[in-house]
Amino acid sequence: MDALVIGTIIKVVLVLLVVSALAGFGTYIERKVLAFMQRRLGPAHVGPFGLLQIAADGIKLFTKEDIIPQNANKFIFSLAPVITAATAFIALSAVPLFPTFIIPESLPLIGGAIVPSVIADVNIGILFVLGMMAAGLYGPLLAGMAQANKWGILGSARTAIQFLSYEVVTGLSVLAPIMLVGSLSLIDFNNAQIGGVGSWIIWQQPIAFVLFLIAGFAETNRTPFDLLEHEAEIISGYVTEYSGLRWGMFFIGEYSNMFTISILAAVIFCGGYGDIGFIPGWLALLLKVVFFFFLMLWVRASWPHIRPDQLMWLCWKVLMPLAVINIVITGIVVMI
Amino acid sequence: MHEEIIHTNNTSKEKQNYTMLELGSTPAYGWPAFKQVVKRSLSRELFVGLWLTIKEMGKTLFLGGKHTTQYPFEKLPISPRYRAIHNMLRLLESGHYRCIGCGLCEKICISNCIAMETRYDENQRKEVSEYTINFGRCIYCGYCAEVCPELAIVHGGRYETASEQRASFSLFDDMLTPIDVLKQQQEFAGFGSVSPNADAAIKKTPLAY
Ligand code: SF4
Ligand code: SF4
Repeated sequence: MDALVIGTIIKVVLVLLVVSALAGFGTYIERKVLAFMQRRLGPAHVGPFGLLQIAADGIKLFTKEDIIPQNANKFIFSLAPVITAATAFIALSAVPLFPTFIIPESLPLIGGAIVPSVIADVNIGILFVLGMMAAGLYGPLLAGMAQANKWGILGSARTAIQFLSYEVVTGLSVLAPIMLVGSLSLIDFNNAQIGGVGSWIIWQQPIAFVLFLIAGFAETNRTPFDLLEHEAEIISGYVTEYSGLRWGMFFIGEYSNMFTISILAAVIFCGGYGDIGFIPGWLALLLKVVFFFFLMLWVRASWPHIRPDQLMWLCWKVLMPLAVINIVITGIVVMI
Repeated sequence: MHEEIIHTNNTSKEKQNYTMLELGSTPAYGWPAFKQVVKRSLSRELFVGLWLTIKEMGKTLFLGGKHTTQYPFEKLPISPRYRAIHNMLRLLESGHYRCIGCGLCEKICISNCIAMETRYDENQRKEVSEYTINFGRCIYCGYCAEVCPELAIVHGGRYETASEQRASFSLFDDMLTPIDVLKQQQEFAGFGSVSPNADAAIKKTPLAY
C-alpha cells in the first residue's frame, strides 16, 4: 500500500478515537463550566477533579439494560442513534484537523506514511460537511417518530421545524465566504487565510460569521435553540424513550457535531490551522476550537432558550434576509 | 423604579419595599415586535448576561465563591429547635438518667410509639426497665419533649435516620448520653425547654382566691 493510504487509515483511526474521547471529555468540561458559572462544583469525587466521571458515566451507559418500548418500530428505533453518531463522524472526514505530517521512517510498519490534514479532501468539502450534519438530523426525526411516545413525536416535529429554519441560514451564510475564496474545499479556505490574523475572513465577513454561529448553534441543538429535547417542555423530546448505549450514541453524535461546528467556524472564518506568530498551526486550531466550544457552554449558562415559533420567525424573517443582503453586497464588492 | 406598597391586610403594618420591573408592553407580531427584537439583540442585554456568567465563573474559581456544601463531609448548622431523633439526658451531678418513669411522654405521644416499662428497684425507687421509641411511627411532633417534667427526653440534632434496622436508634441506651461524655452534655435549648426569659415571665400566684 502506498504511504498516503496507510496515512489516511491512521488518520481515520485517530479521528475516531480522539473525537469519541473528546465527546466524553466535552461532557465533563460542560458540566464543570456550567457548574462554575452557577457557583457549584460540578463532578468532583470520581478521580482527580472528577475526571474519571467520564469513565463512570461510560460504564453506566454501556451496562444499562437495553429497553425498546413495546409499540415502537424496533428497526427504526435501533437505527436512529446510529444515524446520528455515524453522520457526525462522517462529517468529520472532510474537515481538516491538523497540518499534514509524515510519520518518521524509523517507526516500523507505518513509518513514512503521510498523514493528511483531512481524511477525504473532496473538492466540495463544505457542502459535504454541512450536508452530512443535516442528514444527521434524520436521527432525532426518526427516533421521535419510532418510539410511540407523544413527547417523542413533539420532539420530531420540532426537529423538522428547526431543520427547515436554520438550514437555509447555514447555507446562505457560508455562501459569502465561498464567493470570496472561490472554492468549496476547506483546504482552500485554510490556505486563503495563512497570511496571519489580518487575512482571516472574519474581518471581511463579520455578518456571515455571526449568522454562521447562530445557525451552528441551531444545528447542534445548543441553547438558545435546544428545542428538540427541552426537558421543561417536552420531557426529553426525541430521546424520551432512549436509555443506555443508544442514548449514549445520540450524545456522542451531539458532541462531535459541536466539535465539527467549532472546527468549521475556525477553518472558514478564523484562519484554520495557519500559524499565528510563534503559535504552531495545530495548537492555534486547537485553541480556536476550544474557544468556540467554550462559547457554546458559556451561552448555555447565560441565555434563556427561545420558542419554536420564535426560531422560525428569527431564521426566516431576520437571518435569511440578512444573509441574502450580505451575499448581494459581497457579490458587488467581488465584481468590482 | 422603587415603589412602596403598604399591605393593608398585613397585620404587622410594615412597609415593604418591592422593586417593580419596568417590562413595558409585549408587542404583537409585526413591525413593533421586530423593533423590540432588534432593540433587545443589539442593546447590551445579551452581553450583560454573558459578562455576568463569566464573572461568576471567575469568582467561583479564584475567589472561593462556591456555594456548594459537600453534604456528607460538610453539614449546615441546624436550628436548636429542630426536632430530630430524641436524646435522653442524664443528671450532671450523679450521672443517673433523668427520666423518673412518670409515663407522661408515653401517654401524650399521639402516634403511640413510645413503649416503656417501669419497676421498683432494690431501693424502692422507680426504675425504667424498658424504654423504646418506634421511629418508624414517630412523627417528631415534640409533645414528649414538651410534656416531660424533668427535661429528660429532648430532641437532638441527628436528622440522618436512614439505617439498616428499625431498632438502630430506638433503644433507651442508644439515646442516653454516654456516661463518658457526660461533661459535654449540653442543656437543651430547643423544643420544650425552659425559655430564657422564664424567670421574668413567672407571675406571683395569688394565694387566696
Ligand atoms: S415526637 Fe411526638 S410522635 Fe415522636 S415520640 Fe415524641 S410524642 Fe411521640
Ligand atoms: S415524660 Fe420524661 S420523665 Fe416522664 S417517663 Fe417520659 S422521659 Fe421519663
